[in-house]
Amino acid sequence: MAHHAHEPQVTVLPPDKAKIKKLWTVALYLLVITIFEFIIAFTVPHEYKQLRVWVFVALTIVKAAYIVGEFMHLRHEVKVLFWSILIPTIFIVWMLVAFVYEGIKMPVF
Amino acid sequence: MAHSTATAVTGKSVWDGGTSPMGASYGKLMMWFFLLSDAFTFSGLLITYGLVRSSHQAYDGLVSAFKFSTEYWPVPEKVFEAVPFLHGYELPLVFVGIMTFILIMSSVTMVLAVEAGHRMDRKAVEKWMLWTIIGGITFLSCQAWEWTHFIVGADAPTLVKDFVNGQWVTKEVYGANLHINQYGPQPFADFFFFITGFHGFHVFSGVLLNFLIYYNTVTGVYERRGHYEMVEKVGLYWHFVDLVWVFVFTFFYLV
Repeated sequence: MAHHAHEPQVTVLPPDKAKIKKLWTVALYLLVITIFEFIIAFTVPHEYKQLRVWVFVALTIVKAAYIVGEFMHLRHEVKVLFWSILIPTIFIVWMLVAFVYEGIKMPVF
Repeated sequence: MAHSTATAVTGKSVWDGGTSPMGASYGKLMMWFFLLSDAFTFSGLLITYGLVRSSHQAYDGLVSAFKFSTEYWPVPEKVFEAVPFLHGYELPLVFVGIMTFILIMSSVTMVLAVEAGHRMDRKAVEKWMLWTIIGGITFLSCQAWEWTHFIVGADAPTLVKDFVNGQWVTKEVYGANLHINQYGPQPFADFFFFITGFHGFHVFSGVLLNFLIYYNTVTGVYERRGHYEMVEKVGLYWHFVDLVWVFVFTFFYLV
């Protein structure tokens, strides 16, 4: 075919071993944390509801940080971009606090 | 600022033009801000779930003696305890665990595709995109099974009061839909369908986008373009879907 003559020469670089190893390590952390959550779900009795909830929330935030920071590469982006994404999530925290507070205070059902 | 390039003149801000102050292309920035707005949407759903749940009666008996009733909010691990091909076994949250594993793995293969794109390695991008697509389809199939099981219901029915033709009747109810629910108060089923459904639809769109990227890679579009940035952008979306699942998993299934 005629357009083959215009195909650019592509130089394929060898795999970045260190980077790939890092990515698999992050994946391993995510799996270990999830398994840990399962262990808590079935060993810590439901009577310790508060404790269970806080541990789950904390572990979820750790997992989220790994996904956003490493997989989505945000930790390695320019500071302005990093904060432009992170700061607005304050509104989510506020929404959570306000709504659940309302929910506990005013049972309507 | 540390990231300003050599083209920036001394005394001039990076915001004066000529450089990218955020060190990212327009498309990538827009994907980030879209995902931020999408995060608000999902937060709205999950937080409303929290609000409605905390205003309902909680189950305060022994978990081992738990029975479905519309009087109190169900214990999630008692609802989601079925696994395909293992009918009759109580395996709480095992299937959701498998789904979580599948989605995390497909996130890893996606990031490996991005890494291969940086190296202009077309064959490797193709390979990892294909694995990502397979992961996505597997997750969706699992969800289809889970929805079917949720709708069809448990072996034993729950007695539910329902308002029919102007009077209250007690009915035997199997499974759940948007107006009747054997597992607990009606909003529990509604939120299940809305939250996992909205997430599932994101996964579905993600699979379509991934396929588009795969197709363009195979036909050499990105090789001719000279970069694989589209893989990165769709990758951001795909990781976000994984991120949302992490939150759904915690707040809908674990807590």
